[in-house]
Amino acid sequence: MTATLDRPAPTHLSPRLTVSTAGRILRQLRHDHRTIAMLLVLPSLLLGLLYLLWKDLPTMPGQPSTFDRVGLTMLGIFPFVVMFLVTSIAMLRERTSGTLERLLTTPLARLDLLLGYGLAFGLAAALQAVVTVSVATTVYDLDVTGSVGLVVLIAVVDAVLGVALGLLASAFARSEFQAVQFMPVIVLPQFFLCGLLVPREQMAGWLQAISDVLPLTYAVEALQEVGSSTEATGTMWVDVGIVAGVALLALALAAATLRRRTS
Amino acid sequence: MDAVTVTDLVVDRGRRRVLPGLSFTVPAGQVTGLLGPSGSGKTTLMRALVGVQQVRSGRVTVLGRPAGSPDLRRRVGYVTQAPSVYADLTVRENARYFASLYGMGAREADAAIADVGLAGAAGQLVADLSGGQRGRASLACALVGSPEVLVLDEPTVGLDPVLRVELWERFHGLAAAGTTLIVSSHVMDEAGRCDRLLLLRDGELIADSTPAQLRADGHSEDLEEAFLTVVRAREEVAA
Ligand SMILES: Nc1ncnc2c1ncn2[C@@H]1O[C@H](COP(=O)(O)OP(=O)(O)OP(=O)(O)O)[C@@H](O)[C@H]1O
Ligand SMILES: [Mg+2]
Repeated sequence: MTATLDRPAPTHLSPRLTVSTAGRILRQLRHDHRTIAMLLVLPSLLLGLLYLLWKDLPTMPGQPSTFDRVGLTMLGIFPFVVMFLVTSIAMLRERTSGTLERLLTTPLARLDLLLGYGLAFGLAAALQAVVTVSVATTVYDLDVTGSVGLVVLIAVVDAVLGVALGLLASAFARSEFQAVQFMPVIVLPQFFLCGLLVPREQMAGWLQAISDVLPLTYAVEALQEVGSSTEATGTMWVDVGIVAGVALLALALAAATLRRRTS
Repeated sequence: MDAVTVTDLVVDRGRRRVLPGLSFTVPAGQVTGLLGPSGSGKTTLMRALVGVQQVRSGRVTVLGRPAGSPDLRRRVGYVTQAPSVYADLTVRENARYFASLYGMGAREADAAIADVGLAGAAGQLVADLSGGQRGRASLACALVGSPEVLVLDEPTVGLDPVLRVELWERFHGLAAAGTTLIVSSHVMDEAGRCDRLLLLRDGELIADSTPAQLRADGHSEDLEEAFLTVVRAREEVAA
C-alpha cells in the first residue's frame, strides 16, 4: 500500500481525549482574564442599552413590550455570534501556530478535537447565559413567561451551533482577516431573516423559504415559544432538536474538511 | 531491524518537486542525523515520516506500518521546527495536555519537563519564555509520550553549547534505551554527534553514511570540509 492514499483514519472517538481537550481550551481561556470578563459582562451591558432604548416607549395593550420580545431573542443571538467568532479565531490559531499539525500526529481523533471545542465553549456559554439571563430578569425586568432554565438551554445550544459553524468556517480561512469576515457572511443574513426584524409570515415567500433553512430561525422561534408559554411546547423541543442537529452536522463537516495530510 | 523504510518517495509542494524520489532506511535504536542546507527538503521529509505530508508517490513505512497509520500515532513523536505549544498555557499545562493524549499522567509530564531542563520554569506561561526555552517546552511535549520513534526538526537551534551537549547526551540515552531518533540540523558540527547521517541537497540524498565514513570519503577530519568534498565530487560526476 502506498502512502499516497489519504485513507480517512478510523476515528476512534475517545470521551477521555475530548474532555482533556476541552479542559485545555478552558485553561487557555482562564489565562485570558480580559476575554473572560468580556464574555461574561458584555452581553448584559448590550442588553442594558436595548433596555434603555425602549424603556420609556409606550407598549400596545395586550402585547409583550418590545424589549421583552427583542431582549429575549438577543439572549440566543449573543452566544451564537460570540462563540462563532471566538472559535474561528481559536481554530485559526491552532492552524497557524503548528499545534494543529502536531495534534494530527497524536492519537487525538479529529472529531475529538472539534467536540472538545464544542464542549469547552458550550460550558463557557452556559456561564455567560446564566449571568445574562439573571441580569436581564432582575435588573432589566425582562418578562419570560416560561422557564428561565430553558432560555439558558437554548442559549447553550445556540452557542454550540456558533462553535460548530466557526470551526467549519475556519477551514476555509487562510488568515485572521478572512476569518473575521466570515462573521458577517454567516451571521448577518441569519439575523436579518430570523423573524426578529420582520415577522416571518410577513416576509416575501422566497425570503421565508431561505429563512426556513437557516438554523438561527429555529433558535429564535424556540425562544419565542418560551417567552409566550408557561410550559415547554412541542414546537420548542423540535426547534431545539433542529438547532442541535445542524450543529452536529456542521461539526461532522468540519471534521471531514480537516485534512490530516496537507501539501 | 529498520525503524523506517522510504522507497521512491516523491513529494510536490505547490508547483515544485521538493523530493524527486528518495529511498533510504533508518536503523532502529540509533540517532540518525538529517542534514542539508536550508530549503533542501528536511522538514518536508519529516512531515512525510509522521504522515501529515501529502505525497505524490512512493512508500513510507514506519515500524512496519504505512506512515501516519492510526496505531503509529502513539508510537511516533514529532517536534516541529517552529515550537508548537500553546503560548497561553504554562509549560506544565502544555506537557500535561500532551501527556493525556498519549494516555500518560502528571508524573510523566513533570519528568519530561525536567528532562529538557525546564523544571524551574514549569509554572511559567510559554509566551513569557525565551525562544530556546520555548523550543525545549515543545520537545518536552513529544518526550512525554515515550515514543519508539522520535522525529525532531532542528531541536537544538538557538540553544547555548552547554544545553546543546546536554540534549545530545539525552538523545543518545534514549537511543541506548531503544528509541529511534531522526534529528535534522543544518549545522555540520552536529553531524559528528549522530550514529548515522543522511545528507540531503535539493531533495536528493547525497550521502547515506556514518560520520567516520564521511570523513574517509571526504579525506578530511572536518565534517564540513568532508561534506563539501563529497558534494563537489558528485557534481563533477554529474557534469
Ligand atoms: N507550504 C509550502 N508550499 C510550497 N512550497 C513549500 C512549502 N513549504 C516548503 N516549500 C518548499 O519546499 C522546499 C523544501 O522546504 P523544507 O521546509 O522541507 O526545507 P528544509 O530543508 O526544512 O529547510 P530549513 O532548513 O530552512 O528548515 C523549499 O524549496 C520550500 O520553498
Ligand atoms: Mg525545515
